[in-house]
Amino acid sequence: MAIDSDVLVIGGGIAGISSALAARQAGADVRLVSEAETTLHHASGLLDVLGYHPNAAGEGPVVDPFDAIADLPDSHPYAIVGESAVRDGLALLDDALGEAYQGSYTDANALVPTHGGTVKPTARYPASVAAGLASDDREMVLVDFERLTGFDAGVAADHLAAAGIPADTSAATVEFPIVVRDDAKVTRYAHLLDENPTVTVEGRERRVRAALADAIEPHVGDAERVGFPAVLGVDHPAEIRAELQDRLDAAIFEVPMGPPSVPGLRLEDRLYAALDDAGGRIEAGGGPIVGFDATEGTISEVYLDRSGSPIPYAADQYVLATGDVAGGGIDSDREGVTEPIFGCHVPHPTDRYEWFDEAAFGDHDFAEFGVVIDEMLRPVAETGDPEFSNLRAAGAVIGGYDYPAEKSASGVSIATGYAAGRQAAREA
Amino acid sequence: MSDTQRGDTGTDRDEAETESDPPEGYEPLDVFGTTTEMDLRSGADNCTKVGTCDAECPVAEVNDDFPGPQFQGPEQWRLSEKDDVEIDDSITECSNCLQCDSGCPSGVPFSEMHNTARAKYVMEDQPLSIKKIRNRILANYRTSAWLASKLPRTANFFMNNGVVRWAMEKTMKIPSEREFPEFATQTFREWWGKRGGEAASKERARAARTERGEERDADKRVAYFHGCYSNYNTTEVAKAMVRVYESLGYEITVPKQKCSGTPMFANGRVDDARRHAKVNVEHMGNAIAEGYDVICTCSSCSLALRQEYPDLFDLEGIDELAAHTYDAMEYLRIHEDLEAELAGAEVEEFPDVAYHAPCHSRNQGLGRQAVELFEDVEGVTVTDVGDSCSGISGTYGWKSEKYETSMEIGEEMFDHMEEADAQAGMTECPTCSMQMEHGTGYEISHPMELLEAVLVD
Repeated sequence: MAIDSDVLVIGGGIAGISSALAARQAGADVRLVSEAETTLHHASGLLDVLGYHPNAAGEGPVVDPFDAIADLPDSHPYAIVGESAVRDGLALLDDALGEAYQGSYTDANALVPTHGGTVKPTARYPASVAAGLASDDREMVLVDFERLTGFDAGVAADHLAAAGIPADTSAATVEFPIVVRDDAKVTRYAHLLDENPTVTVEGRERRVRAALADAIEPHVGDAERVGFPAVLGVDHPAEIRAELQDRLDAAIFEVPMGPPSVPGLRLEDRLYAALDDAGGRIEAGGGPIVGFDATEGTISEVYLDRSGSPIPYAADQYVLATGDVAGGGIDSDREGVTEPIFGCHVPHPTDRYEWFDEAAFGDHDFAEFGVVIDEMLRPVAETGDPEFSNLRAAGAVIGGYDYPAEKSASGVSIATGYAAGRQAAREA
Repeated sequence: MSDTQRGDTGTDRDEAETESDPPEGYEPLDVFGTTTEMDLRSGADNCTKVGTCDAECPVAEVNDDFPGPQFQGPEQWRLSEKDDVEIDDSITECSNCLQCDSGCPSGVPFSEMHNTARAKYVMEDQPLSIKKIRNRILANYRTSAWLASKLPRTANFFMNNGVVRWAMEKTMKIPSEREFPEFATQTFREWWGKRGGEAASKERARAARTERGEERDADKRVAYFHGCYSNYNTTEVAKAMVRVYESLGYEITVPKQKCSGTPMFANGRVDDARRHAKVNVEHMGNAIAEGYDVICTCSSCSLALRQEYPDLFDLEGIDELAAHTYDAMEYLRIHEDLEAELAGAEVEEFPDVAYHAPCHSRNQGLGRQAVELFEDVEGVTVTDVGDSCSGISGTYGWKSEKYETSMEIGEEMFDHMEEADAQAGMTECPTCSMQMEHGTGYEISHPMELLEAVLVD
């Protein structure tokens, strides 16, 4: 016996959740297994499609990522699934995220300022960053907190000004009204703003949000918008922004930061809740999938390793959404590069010194390591034939594109996840 | 940053290998060698300082003085590798919930690191005090429970008597706010023995198999690790497990056993834990050799046998035990078609429940199985209250100086329980159950009791 479903999705990132949502929407009984509970805590919360054209170094950001898809090489995942899968996948995510996300009104990329003051082109963004877009010419003041590491408002404001954004920028540093430790994590600030307890500031009893607004108010001046480190609540972000907006008489936005990330955490909560509401089964944190049984090219069961006990999961169709080297979906050692669960073919040069470029930001081969898929999204062997009849791949485990350079990680995950999930459901 | 002593060891080994098998051409050295016992270096080196552990930690969330798991784990491990560095006493603030362990994206073995550091602190550095003595008594709950079970009614009377509790607060720093768990007037093992033990179980299982159309001699056998709590306190959980398993055709054996060690790890008493583990590994191991799999109804017991034992002890058969131990519900999900068993099932007179997944269940990836399983059962709604920590963490909330922290951590869970449309609670962990009852006044049941209500007439 085994724990059973029509479609089993392996991996709990955006690709895995998109696959599971798409398969569920197509009527399949879906189970998602994820090695860790916290995969998206490391995500910025932005959902990009294509920020920069591959092999066009030095050119500016892509204006319309959907237009750019036609120019991509045939081996690019977008070229394989087609523009319609990108659009349909995004629509699926738009439904799941509702008002918490924006950007669907246009095909053009939005330009979102991030914590270093760089601007990231992205297709969808949390509502909390909407007022901060770099294309907006309203004057902004960026605020950081005395002991919060990970966001320096002064650096960000200067960097944005130097990049020539149309708005005037300034910066201020304030004390967060509750004495928090020197290295408090973003979640500590976020939960204090969610709970909004009373604090005593200069002899006055104030709620945390009010006291924070009091501290910022003298720095606002004529600015029409105030940017915060992305810690404005996990559970009640809209309510917190509304209250701060009211108190400061300025639009409020968040500046996305590195991991662990509050917008990533919110994205994770929303996507998992959407999958749960849709009736998808979720099993997270139980351990990695380490083995499988197959007969004549068809996978019958996979095994999750839970402290040495093999836990069997059976399905008609499987989706591999385990990520790239960073996510553990692709492995490498001195002998070569492998896909560790099913041993799918991963093309790579035999000489290890050809895997990378001399320059840190150079054109690295390893960035494009991953499985090769056919038009049905099935990983193929060196011969070009599918490795298994009932295995599809989604997201960064697929090779042939350099997502950090072209800023396409979420979009490829969503589009290939959508396509893989739907096809798996159709055949289940 | 290199550690001379360890570096030398590594060199020795590499030289030895070199002599026996001279490499052709250039082959880089394996810098850190393979891990030896308690060498947590590879784990510490996995840490990328991303801070997810600190962001997940429920203690750091409410206590600004607690340095957090990143310090307690990889950083302190590095520091303690230098001579003359004592373990920081903040290690006792860690509640051993293991959220950091499940949260880490890089596989840092937090559980192992915390248990090792705590043990070193308690066994070597911590000065003797009332609290230290109290911690050892709390850690050895099995001994107290065994004593109390001899005169359960008297124990129940005295343990919740105001004067006695006042005295315990004053002398032992045991918070008088907490209600002591009630001791069963008949332990599970006494009940099991009177019921006919293994032989009777075999008969019942065979009868059930015949009724189910299965082979009379099918190989369906489990060894039950009941732990302390369902033996001395909530015997109804253990009995529910027995009835459910037998009704599905399983023969049960209840081997000799001691405490799983969970409260001992959490209080740094690895000496006590090792002694108990030895008995458990031997007797559960014998059952495994005869073809039994081991099942637990307590999530902390299953975690101890599966993860903490092989992490901390080098005992013959310990990996075998880890690989053959399962949560009781998990085991049925693997070996039975529970979905079919529960299809169209109906239950009467079971209250709707707010379900809390214990941290130690989530750590095993079992946090959602109860909700999934009972989804389609008519007559009961199981509402998941989310991924909060109850805050009691075993013996942690039973210490006066930790009581406030424990309740503050639990606040989120209490709120979510009250928001849920239910007047009762459900969880797998006995101490989470105490905390849930303490914070909401609800009666708390175990998923095995609901499964019994659904499956057994």
